[in-house]
Amino acid sequence: MLLFVEQCLNGLQLGLLLFLLAAGLTLVFGIMDLVNLAHGSLYMVGAYFAATFAALTGSFVLGALLALGATLLVGMAVEVIALRRLYGRDHLDHVLGTFGLILFFNELVRLIWGPAGLTLSLPPWLNTPLQLLPGLYYPTYRFAIILVTFAVAAFLYVLVMRTRVGMLIRAGASNREMVGALGINIKLLFTLVFGLGAALAGLAGLMQAPILTVQIGMGENILILAFVVIIIGGIGSIRGAFIAAIFVGLIDVVGRAFLVDLLLLVVSQQAASTAGPALSSMLIYIVMAVVLVLRPEGLFPVHGK
Amino acid sequence: MRKILSGLTLAGTATIAGAILALSAGPAVTQSKSVKIGFVSTFSGPTAVIGNDMRNSFELGLDHIGRKMGGLPVEVIYEDDGQKPEQGLQKTQKLIESDKVDFVIGYIWSNVLLASYKPVIDSQTFLISTNAGPSQIAGELCSPWFFSTSWQNDQTPQAMGHYLNQKGVKTLYLIGPNYAAGRDMLVGVQSTFKGKVIGQDLTKWPDQLDFSAELSKVRAAKPDALFVFYPGASGVQFLTQYAQSGLKGQVPLYTAFTIDAITLQLQKDLALGVPGAQYWVNDLPNAANKKYVADFKARHKNYPTFYGAQTYDAAAFINSAVVAVKGDLTKKDAIRAELRRANYASVRGPYKYGNNHFPIQNFYLQDVVKDADGMLTLKTVATIVKDSQDEHAKKCPMKW
Repeated sequence: MLLFVEQCLNGLQLGLLLFLLAAGLTLVFGIMDLVNLAHGSLYMVGAYFAATFAALTGSFVLGALLALGATLLVGMAVEVIALRRLYGRDHLDHVLGTFGLILFFNELVRLIWGPAGLTLSLPPWLNTPLQLLPGLYYPTYRFAIILVTFAVAAFLYVLVMRTRVGMLIRAGASNREMVGALGINIKLLFTLVFGLGAALAGLAGLMQAPILTVQIGMGENILILAFVVIIIGGIGSIRGAFIAAIFVGLIDVVGRAFLVDLLLLVVSQQAASTAGPALSSMLIYIVMAVVLVLRPEGLFPVHGK
Repeated sequence: MRKILSGLTLAGTATIAGAILALSAGPAVTQSKSVKIGFVSTFSGPTAVIGNDMRNSFELGLDHIGRKMGGLPVEVIYEDDGQKPEQGLQKTQKLIESDKVDFVIGYIWSNVLLASYKPVIDSQTFLISTNAGPSQIAGELCSPWFFSTSWQNDQTPQAMGHYLNQKGVKTLYLIGPNYAAGRDMLVGVQSTFKGKVIGQDLTKWPDQLDFSAELSKVRAAKPDALFVFYPGASGVQFLTQYAQSGLKGQVPLYTAFTIDAITLQLQKDLALGVPGAQYWVNDLPNAANKKYVADFKARHKNYPTFYGAQTYDAAAFINSAVVAVKGDLTKKDAIRAELRRANYASVRGPYKYGNNHFPIQNFYLQDVVKDADGMLTLKTVATIVKDSQDEHAKKCPMKW
């Protein structure tokens, strides 16, 4: 039972992390109608910044905050310099353009930081397990990720649902032309939204950095999962992204943790140990296919397109 | 768009013209003027550091033999497999069909080697794996055209199994990546470990980098020890997460190919006290090894890895055979006969080849220590097994 609780926490943590990536992706896709494959590069940039600033300042928290601001600026610069030219063009052009950005960022990082990768060490108070319940130990840092992400989700909720900027974002997601026609500076709004998305991706990257290594191309695999999340959740919907991300995280971890044992009930040891890992890595995509068949618009579609 | 298309057409025409030129030039050459070596490894993506280390060591090996073999200059063509089997196959075919190389060497990943294996063997070109050692090639698929300067995948974890027995470990949990080598490693440790394996996880490779679910299962299973195989950067990630989970004080970790000279610079103190098995460690006391390690350190400011050591060996290994036939690369049977003798100064010390062309060699226990300059490095602690041969050799029909 304790194991089950621990695995659910693991799933929740992975899901919340995916939410950070997916939220930025779905905002940019839903509001600016831009397919941004380079979102994973911003995740990587956030991690590299955090490792660098943490080494310079000697403080993990300070390094993370500086990295967050720096990634926001990089995101806004990318929007102004490169992506602005892609609006109104075909999605295929977006894919080509942002794929180019992936190559550009990978090469840039290689030039600046070298090919070997970096590590971001945690301060001792985050680097130990925490006793949540009697007998239930959980890494303090992973627990901290859960708390931070919940706070960010709450902030996004307030921002999108309760503020004027949020109203414009929602309006932009529903009807872009109308928002522009009403005299809103849509260019500035887009730059801000993209910067926000970049900062969220950077936050995900810098929080993953102490768990994984900071390396070139680190954002590419996780980006695929983030796309799965926004497709399941409904493109443009932050609420959809939140629920779908937790759903995907739980399915992935619980699949990895218990599928082999479940299979053992019906098939032999040999078959279970070969089929289990293969099946658990497919599980998320099976779920996505089912969602696409039953609700092609995603679970929480944004209306009024 | 039209511009791009016309550009592509132009490039296509140029390639075809080049190919025709190359073809017409081909038959005129009878005696080879150089030893052509195709080198397939990973030079892009997160594991490119391993490929670079192999290339650095091979270049050093060539420098040490004067970049000539049997009087012929050596020409090396490096190709990047991107850690993908299909890309490795494509590059391998290119090396055989258009470059017409005399030797194909390299291959970090067992799945890439398995995908690229058949075309090389079918073309009767010598294939020398300087890392991957999948069980299939050691067993039923063994070939007179294949040699390994490294090890069969099972051998190193088998040595670890012996060591676990010596340490009195009764229950063991295994974790490894779900691809050819990962499965071989977990089978290998189980073949010699005498206690009970109480749990086993195979993780998605190469994109699963978060091991939270697996570590939680280990904690719940309460084994005496945990054995893992995570090569390259994944070894850094595993060690970090193992420490964060708090398992470090509870379940001791034993490894194969998870801590090497490159990953150690990122793993840092987390690697202290984590033992591993290896056929070669940088402090082995033979003359060839001393020269290799000293020159490598002078040039690259870091200790070489085992990936580098076995690739450095490949240069001297190929050289021994080319010298034996006095540069006549058409004498393929004579080349093979010489390769089978392993008559060169290997950095691991002398070894022999089994009937499947995999080394029969010693395995050592390595530990992490700080050197005189305060740099983390690996040190030989003990010899675990002497003259170990892999189990799959019995299934190989080749006799010589």
